[in-house]
Amino acid sequence: MALTREQLAQRVAQELEDGFYVNLGIGIPTLVANYVPDSMEVMLQSENGLLGMGPFPTDEEIDADMINAGKQTVTAIDGASIFSSAESFAMIRGGHVDLTVLGAFEVDVSGNIASWMIPGKLIKGMGGAMDLVAGADNIIVTMTHASKHGESKLLASCSLPLTGAACIKKVVTDLAYIEITDGKFWLRERAPGVSVEEIVKLTAGELVVPEHVPEMQF
Amino acid sequence: MAGFNKVVTSYEDAMAGLGDNMTVIAGGFGLCGIPENLIAQIKTMGTKGLTVVSNNCGIDGFGLGILLEDRQIKKMVASYVGENKLFEDQLLSGELEVELTPQGTLAEKMRAGGAGIPAFYTATGFGTPVGDGKEVREFNGRSYIMEEAIKGDFAIVKAWKADRYGNLVYRHTAQNFNPLAATAGKITVVEVEEIVEPGELEPSQIHTPGIYVDRVILGSFEKRIEQRTVRTA
Repeated sequence: MALTREQLAQRVAQELEDGFYVNLGIGIPTLVANYVPDSMEVMLQSENGLLGMGPFPTDEEIDADMINAGKQTVTAIDGASIFSSAESFAMIRGGHVDLTVLGAFEVDVSGNIASWMIPGKLIKGMGGAMDLVAGADNIIVTMTHASKHGESKLLASCSLPLTGAACIKKVVTDLAYIEITDGKFWLRERAPGVSVEEIVKLTAGELVVPEHVPEMQF
Repeated sequence: MAGFNKVVTSYEDAMAGLGDNMTVIAGGFGLCGIPENLIAQIKTMGTKGLTVVSNNCGIDGFGLGILLEDRQIKKMVASYVGENKLFEDQLLSGELEVELTPQGTLAEKMRAGGAGIPAFYTATGFGTPVGDGKEVREFNGRSYIMEEAIKGDFAIVKAWKADRYGNLVYRHTAQNFNPLAATAGKITVVEVEEIVEPGELEPSQIHTPGIYVDRVILGSFEKRIEQRTVRTA
């Protein structure tokens, strides 16, 4: 079975380490915050200028001056700091954020990512995504393995305009955990109950399949 | 407005001198920390042909979105503009030009503009449409594109508190682009929730020193929330 959005977030959360500063993108990446193990302390960075993002506020706590990068009302944890957008992107561009999780339309074997623009459709903008992929060393892309029409999103070469070049090394899809190195996809894990054949069929770029591909553990 | 008293008492005085075809840099992220009354004053003035530099362009009927209603904006420089229908319409009809700029690059362009740095190199956007036509240089084996600084004829800023010297502090994440915008305007106008006596702001806690600020006005704010998200207690 393909992973649900929650399971995807859960698998990504396994990549967290105690003491990590983490930036979570909008959508599935945001859900990762729900699966931080209790034994672990991580600090969430929100690129509008908040390090130490907490949960959504209660009705009483709600404050128009306290939002995240998705423009949602949030809270700050004890130990948080708040700063300007330039400071925020200095953290991001300077490589100080330990892990960045974001979604994508396409990823290719060279580690290119396309996530912001579909020609012919309305272009809303890249927000902070280009800075995040250029600045972070440790990036996880989460997305469905294929489109609704069954077209692979893991390609030999991205067809859409790029968000960043040669910057992605890890992809968690609803079917598989894949690493990118030496110009190839490497199949590391498969979703429980998903066959290697199914993954191969839906991966357009060159995929290296080891003899044994373990199932993801939850 | 003598000496170091930067406080003005009317929005007409606050935005005096703004003319057609000028560049206006605006602080704010979404609707958080936007100079909502200064924007409304620009609407009242009817100034046309503006280039507006801001992370976003408000929403229909609020924030910078209201400047689209009378087609006052000629060009928008922003990182994300997906929140208003009017924007979309004017973009598709060719009435509005848009320069999409990565958020960190936009912040740095303002910072550089205010700091007298004409341009800088960044890895952000290399190999993407953002890098098209820009100078590329390699440092330590990595490619970077050159981005130029932005300066505004006016910068419009929202802060929490100011004193008459123009020293500013911001509240929570309403800081965002505001301190950067504040440095990058030939004329920087700030609207605040409270004007305090000199000395009340702790000098080491001031976010924007008054040297960047030309005019301060006391406003009252709606502070509209774009995405109201709550948890149950």
